[in-house]
Amino acid sequence: MIEIVSTSRCVTCDVCIAVCPTNVFDRGPDGVPVIARQSDCQTCFMCEAHCPADALFVAPLTHAAPDGSPLRDEAHLTEAGLLGSYRKEIGWGRGRKPGARLAVGPELGRARITPAPTPQGELTDA
Amino acid sequence: MTGTTPLDLTADVVIVGGGPAGTWAALTAAEAGADVLLLDKGYCGTSGPTASGGTGVWYVQPEPAAREKAMASREKLGGYLQDRRWMARTLDQTYANMNRLATEARYPFPVVDGRPHQRGLQGPEYMRRMRSWIKRAGVRILDHSPVTELLVDNAGTVAGVRGHRRQHGTDYRVRAGAVVLATGGCAFLSKALGCDVATGDGALYAAEVGAAMSGMEFSTAYAIAPAFTSVTKTAYYGFATFFHGDGTPLAGAGSQGGRSVIARELLRTGTVLCQIDQATPEQQTQMRIGQPNFFLTFDRLGINPFTDKFPVTLLLEGTVRGTGGIRIAGDDCATSVPGLYVAGDAATRELVCGGFTGGGSHNSAWAMSSGTWAGGGAARFAAALGAHASRRRLVGAGGAGIRPTGRPAAGDAWDEVQDVLRRQVHPYDKNYLRNGDRLRPALAELNQVWDRLRAGAAADPAGTPRLRQASAMVAHARWMYTGALARTESRGMARREEFPELDPAQHRRLTVGGLDELWVRPEQLLPARPELAVAS
Ligand SMILES: Cc1cc2nc3c(=O)[nH]c(=O)nc-3n(C[C@H](O)[C@H](O)[C@H](O)COP(=O)(O)OP(=O)(O)OC[C@H]3O[C@@H](n4cnc5c(N)ncnc54)[C@H](O)[C@@H]3O)c2cc1C
Ligand code: SF4
Ligand code: SF4
Repeated sequence: MIEIVSTSRCVTCDVCIAVCPTNVFDRGPDGVPVIARQSDCQTCFMCEAHCPADALFVAPLTHAAPDGSPLRDEAHLTEAGLLGSYRKEIGWGRGRKPGARLAVGPELGRARITPAPTPQGELTDA
Repeated sequence: MTGTTPLDLTADVVIVGGGPAGTWAALTAAEAGADVLLLDKGYCGTSGPTASGGTGVWYVQPEPAAREKAMASREKLGGYLQDRRWMARTLDQTYANMNRLATEARYPFPVVDGRPHQRGLQGPEYMRRMRSWIKRAGVRILDHSPVTELLVDNAGTVAGVRGHRRQHGTDYRVRAGAVVLATGGCAFLSKALGCDVATGDGALYAAEVGAAMSGMEFSTAYAIAPAFTSVTKTAYYGFATFFHGDGTPLAGAGSQGGRSVIARELLRTGTVLCQIDQATPEQQTQMRIGQPNFFLTFDRLGINPFTDKFPVTLLLEGTVRGTGGIRIAGDDCATSVPGLYVAGDAATRELVCGGFTGGGSHNSAWAMSSGTWAGGGAARFAAALGAHASRRRLVGAGGAGIRPTGRPAAGDAWDEVQDVLRRQVHPYDKNYLRNGDRLRPALAELNQVWDRLRAGAAADPAGTPRLRQASAMVAHARWMYTGALARTESRGMARREEFPELDPAQHRRLTVGGLDELWVRPEQLLPARPELAVAS
C-alpha cells in the first residue's frame, strides 16, 4: 500500500490525485497530497510511476506496513535507492530511455511442475 | 435514488471504462465521426489490470500455418468452446491494431533481429499512449466518474448513462445515441494487481436492461502472488519449484497445470513456498528487463526470488482472467438490447478463449479487437438514430442499491457484502475446487444477501457507486455459481470435483441471466470439431 508522500520532494502537481485509480489521495492544505483512504489502495504502483518528483513510495504489501517498518522510513528508502525505483526501471522521466524499448523477456516454455522427491530427498529432474 | 443531476451532457457514443477495450472503442467511434465521451471510475490510463500489469499479446503474423497453429494450440485447454471465425477475426484485428500502435501511437516496441517485437505491451506505457491518442482523436474523458446505471427510452433502447463525479461530489447524466460497456471483469476486490476497479459493474447494468451472460462458470481464475502482496504476474513461475512449509518439494505443484495443488496445500496448511530456481542467469536478466514490475515486491521486501524460498498465495481474479461475461449478439459486439455494445473482459471471451485463458495474450487481443468492433457498431447505431436521439424520454434502469423496493435495511450493506464474498466466493474450496455440495449452500446465501440488497440498500449520491459495486459483485457470484452448477462435467477451467471428466453431451455454451430470479439456458450443441479433420 501507499506509505509515503515525501513533503520535501513533492512539487504539488496533483498528478497522483488524478491518476490513482481508487482515489486514495486528497489535496492537503499545503498542496501536498495526503493519503486519505489508505485501505482503498490496491497496491498497483501507478502513482509512483507517474510522480514526476519521485516523492511517493508504495510498499508492496496489501495491508498497511506496521509502525517502525523500514517500508515507512523515508530516509532508509532513499538510502536504499527505492524511492523512485519503479519509475527508473520503466525508463520514465527526463533523459531516460523507455523501458518498453527493451522489454523482451525470456522465451516461456511449458511451465515446470514440481517433481516428487526421490527417497534420498533429491528432485528427480533438472 | 440518485438525486439532482447538475451536470447534463450529450454524446453520440458513451464509453464506460477506459482500459484497453474502452480506449480502442473510443478511438474507433471517434474515427467514424461520432462525438465520444469516455467515463472511467478511476483514471483512463492507469486504471484496470492492463495499465498496472502489462500484457502479452496474441500477435501472430498473417501466415496461414502460423495462424492455424495459434488457433489450434488453445482449443483443448478451452474445452473446444471457441469459435474459429471469431478467433480468426481477432487475430486479424489484433495484428492491425498492434501495427497502428507502432506507427500512429509511436509505442516504443523493442527491436529484435531488426524487426519490431510486437508480442507484448508494457502496461503504463501502453495505457498512457492510448489516453493521449484518444484525446488527439477528439474523445472527451471524465475520470473518477463511475457510471451507476444505464438510461433507457420507452422502447427499452439504451440511450444514456447516469453516474457520480467523486472528486467533485456531483452527479451527472449523459444522453447518448449508444453505449459501450467496457468495465472489465470482476475480481471481487481481491487486491490482485490493478483489479480492484473490476467489480463487474457493467454486467449488472446490462442485466438490468435485459441482457444475458455467457460462460459465467469459467470464473475460477486464481493467480499466484508472493504472500501478502498484489503482484499476480504468473508467467515466470513457470521457472519455479514449489515447496511445503518445511521446505520439502510440493509434488505436482506448478503455475500451469498444477495450481490446484497449491490451492489444496494452502487450504490444508496455509503455507506454500516457492523458489524461481530453474532460470539460467541469462534468463534471470531477461526477466528483469521483460517485466520490471514482477520484481517490485521482491526488491522491496529484500527477497532474492532465484535463491530464496518465499511464501506465496493465490488471489481471486474471477472473470478478469476467467472468460465469462455479457453475451454477444452480433459481429459488432452488440448485445441483445438495442443501443448497448460490450467489449473486453465485460463481454464473454468464450468465442476466442473458450473456457480458459491461462497464460494470457488472448485477453489483450480480445480487448483491443472487441473494443474496435463495439466502438464501430455503437457509432453506426448512433448515426442511424439521427435527430430522434435527442428527443427521447429517458428513465433510469438501475435497481439494487439505487431504487430499493422495500424499507431501508438495518446494518451496513457494504460490510455484509464484503463478508459474504470473503466466506462464499474467495475461498479456494468454494469457487476454485468446486463441488455441488459446497456451491449450493453458497449460492443460497448469496441469493439471500441479494434479496436484502435489492429490497433495502440505498445511499446518498456519494455512497451510490459503492453500493452498486456491492450489488454487481453479488450478482456476478450468483451467475457464476448458477452456471457452475448447471455444468455437470469438467471443461476448460470449470471443473467439478464430482464430475471430473469432459462430457461430450455438454459441448455447448451456457447462457445465464436474471437478477431476482436466476435462470440458465444451455445453447445448441457445438459441431464435433470438423476443423480437426482439416488441420494437418
Ligand atoms: C496481473 C494480470 C496480468 C495479466 N496479463 C495478461 C497478459 O499477459 N495477456 C493478456 O492477454 N491478458 C492479461 N491479463 C488480462 C487483461 O489484463 C485483461 O483481459 C484486460 O485488462 C481487459 O481489458 P478491459 O479494457 O476489458 O478491462 P480493464 O482493463 O479491467 O478496464 C476496465 C476499466 O473500466 C473502468 N470501470 C469499471 N467499472 C466502471 C464504472 N462503473 N464506471 C466507469 N468505469 C468503470 C475501470 O476503472 C477500468 O479503467 C492480465 C490480468 C492481470 C490481472
Ligand atoms: S505526483 Fe508527486 S509531486 Fe505531484 S503531487 Fe503527487 S507526490 Fe507531489
Ligand atoms: S498504489 Fe495504486 S491504488 Fe495505491 S495509491 Fe498508488 S495509484 Fe492509488
